[in-house]
Amino acid sequence: MSERTLFRGAHVVDPAGGRDGVADVLVDGERIAAVGEEASGASAGAKVVECDGLVMAPGLVDMHTHLREPGREDKETVETGCRAAAVGGFTAVAPMANTDPVADDPAVIEEVRSLAVRAGLCDVFPVGAITKDLGGEEMAAIGEMAVIGVRMFSDDGRCVPTARVLRNALQYSKAFDVLIAEHCEDPTLAEGAQMHEGYHSYTLGLAAQPAEAEEIIVFRDISMARLTGGRLHLQHLSATGSVELVRQAKAAGLRVTAEVTPHHLSFTDEDLTTYDTNFKVNPPLRTAEDREALRGAIADGTIDAIATDHAPHAVEEKDAEFDQAPPGMIGLETALAAVITHLVDPGKMTLTRTIEAMSTAPARLMGATDHGGPIEGGRQANLVVFDPSAMWVVEAPFTSRSRNSAFLGTTLHGRVVHTMFRGELVVADGKAQR
Amino acid sequence: MKKHLLSINDVSREDIVRILDTAESFREVGTRVIKKVPALRGRTVVNLFYENSTRTRISFELAAKRLSADVINFTTSGTSVAKGESLKDTALTLQAMGADAIVIRHSSSGSPYTLTKWVRGSVLNAGDGTHEHPTQALLDLYTIRERLGRFEGLRVAIIGDVLHSRVARSLSFALVKMGAEVTLVGPPTLIPPDAEAWGVQVSYDIDGVLPKLDVCYMLRVQRERQRQQYFPSVREYAHLFGLTRERVGMLPEGALIMHPGPMNRGVEIDSDVADLPQALMEDQVTNGIAVRMSLLYLMLGGAGAEAVSDDE
Amino acid sequence: MGSAQLLDEGEIRRAITRIAHEILERNHGAESVVLVGIAARGDDLARRLAGEIERIEGVKLPVGALDITFYRDDIGMRAEAPEVHETRIDFDINAKVVVLVDDVLFSGRTIRAAMDALVDFGRPAAIQLAVLVDRGHRELPIRADYVGKNAPTRKDEIVRVAVKEVDGEDSVVVEEPRVVEEPR
Repeated sequence: MSERTLFRGAHVVDPAGGRDGVADVLVDGERIAAVGEEASGASAGAKVVECDGLVMAPGLVDMHTHLREPGREDKETVETGCRAAAVGGFTAVAPMANTDPVADDPAVIEEVRSLAVRAGLCDVFPVGAITKDLGGEEMAAIGEMAVIGVRMFSDDGRCVPTARVLRNALQYSKAFDVLIAEHCEDPTLAEGAQMHEGYHSYTLGLAAQPAEAEEIIVFRDISMARLTGGRLHLQHLSATGSVELVRQAKAAGLRVTAEVTPHHLSFTDEDLTTYDTNFKVNPPLRTAEDREALRGAIADGTIDAIATDHAPHAVEEKDAEFDQAPPGMIGLETALAAVITHLVDPGKMTLTRTIEAMSTAPARLMGATDHGGPIEGGRQANLVVFDPSAMWVVEAPFTSRSRNSAFLGTTLHGRVVHTMFRGELVVADGKAQR
Repeated sequence: MKKHLLSINDVSREDIVRILDTAESFREVGTRVIKKVPALRGRTVVNLFYENSTRTRISFELAAKRLSADVINFTTSGTSVAKGESLKDTALTLQAMGADAIVIRHSSSGSPYTLTKWVRGSVLNAGDGTHEHPTQALLDLYTIRERLGRFEGLRVAIIGDVLHSRVARSLSFALVKMGAEVTLVGPPTLIPPDAEAWGVQVSYDIDGVLPKLDVCYMLRVQRERQRQQYFPSVREYAHLFGLTRERVGMLPEGALIMHPGPMNRGVEIDSDVADLPQALMEDQVTNGIAVRMSLLYLMLGGAGAEAVSDDE
Repeated sequence: MGSAQLLDEGEIRRAITRIAHEILERNHGAESVVLVGIAARGDDLARRLAGEIERIEGVKLPVGALDITFYRDDIGMRAEAPEVHETRIDFDINAKVVVLVDDVLFSGRTIRAAMDALVDFGRPAAIQLAVLVDRGHRELPIRADYVGKNAPTRKDEIVRVAVKEVDGEDSVVVEEPRVVEEPR
């Protein structure tokens, strides 16, 4: 007899299934058994989870995260990262390849996968590198990794340095129908940069990079996508010009998709005036105008997905002079709340569109077929239940091993209550169960 | 006054007047046979200098000693800093030694801000990267006030590598705060775009600016900037933007010539210009001690919280 | 708030004249005497004393001003660093008789600080003290050589000295301490 759970009275937001209203959801073992009246009717003997006033959605999917294992287990491990993901409402994550060793062949991919399976807290879809050792010259074993199920490739951390290499990768990737994801940053304009180039960088005396450092690579890569017909995904966009280019590319019918982080939707370069290294990130936080453009683009679908770029760093590395600290901030545990606080509550984006951006779209782009909804009988039970109006103050320590969050000390709205992965409540009442 | 002096924006107009007035008294102390007062007896001032700067360090050291404070020097040629100890660990060690004030010079912009997180004492910024050098701006203000008596409406040009100059930033902000009119002059590659947002004007034409100045402030231009291609050659820079003997002739009568030092003679300023009577570089150095004494006194001479009632 | 006048303009004038005579008497003339007033107000009184001595003896004595802020024993105990006034002693004090001049002698700490400061300027042959008002309550073994008026006060009372040069009028007033009404 498998375990049965009835989620009673949640407001179900399920873009893939076209549902937006209160409904009961019955889970049997690893699968969703029934939704709606059918669920309420068949629920005898099931454990009841009261969800009055709460929202249920398909489990969130993060298509850009850093789990740091293998290599920097002091900052995060696959297990601690997955636990942090579950606490944040995620049931699937895609960790980037810039580990040590780099995930540029099947061996590292398999290792990460097995660590994830052992933890059993969420699904992990490791991302393969585009070039060997992220060196930017020779292609990594893209085909061999694709054959064992890798659906996305990225040299993230670095930008593919030449058009020629990117073109090759896009062309070659067509055989496997995989996604080539790019961290767009021209190395000559961004060299030594600590933040966005503008009034604040001049006043703070910090080396900086202009928005053009991202925009010219976005243009380059879209051109290569047009040339090859491959699938291009632009990571963590930060600038108005990039948004415009993506809009044009989509209008022209190119296979170009894009993502944005919760922190680029929340903060600007003005937040760096205290030299707090938690705001140091790549690409940098740009101006209020850029933030507005990003908000508008995620709301209207020009940008397809929200991805955290969760980047744990050791305390002693961040607790240093600004130019010595590595860029990046954690984000799995604050992502949903940040988006609710800065976009949904002020009315810039609907909750439905939010779930689309944080679950349905990334699941589709990554090929995570058991995730993203629809929430209906027969599908694997990967669900999140959250309270959209709960207020909480972001404090350390986090479930993540690291604590480099720009949201520290701020008050956010929206809190994950339950996360169900393959029918198991890995997070209940806001707490990780193991 | 605030607990820390990290940026010139930490002091108000009134604070600046008070700092300069108090510096007058400390200048007088410097004329006595015994150039010492017991005002900060028992206090410990630490000079944490990650960048080589003998002149600024000595200035702060003398200032603290003339106030009878104990001085500790932590410099790059010294022990733990050279061994690669982190700034945080060094700070915690100084904290454990009971430092009342830490004067920090560091090549990373913002490091004084970071330091305040780890120490209980007051932090004074003696120059952080390309960000600010507030005590230099204050001693420059003192020097200007001593000679010209006012700031309101004064026409000041800051000429040279503004982009990389912490002195230019602090001084611009300070002068604008006191009501002066500031013009930044240099090649376009060395002046930040949108500098007007600082309340200053920008010009690439030094000859157009010189005849209408009360103060001509020259910035150091490192030869390295040529290697980084901010201008084609040192010769071209000196020809187009250097303060030559001929250019001095274009300045109005009574205009002051200033430079924060050290000078690159032959680049931003001709050798014989540096030795003219209206060139006040030596005054700037002398005034530096008095102004730094004034700052240390005003920042450490109060308790902040508990107070003792008036007593005659 | 009660206040009583201790000295009016006329009484202050006569006190200064008497002190001037006393200084000349004690030091057998004006030779090697210099006056140093303790800022603020003490130096205005010192200049008046010098004026009187010139009137009486025809000798112009050197007069200096001394700010003792940097020598106070309570630096770091007040909320803000105390305000600093001008110090100007343009003459040599070595081997001279320095007459310190102050408006009110109270705990004696100001005079202690003034003597420490003077010693940094040189080695006087002797230091004497002239005050307009001695209000008692010494906390250190310090006494005045020349006193305008002895005025025993309660420790919590306030003695306010006004001099024409600074305050527009000459007077010494004793005030009751301000009582803060406790809410019932």
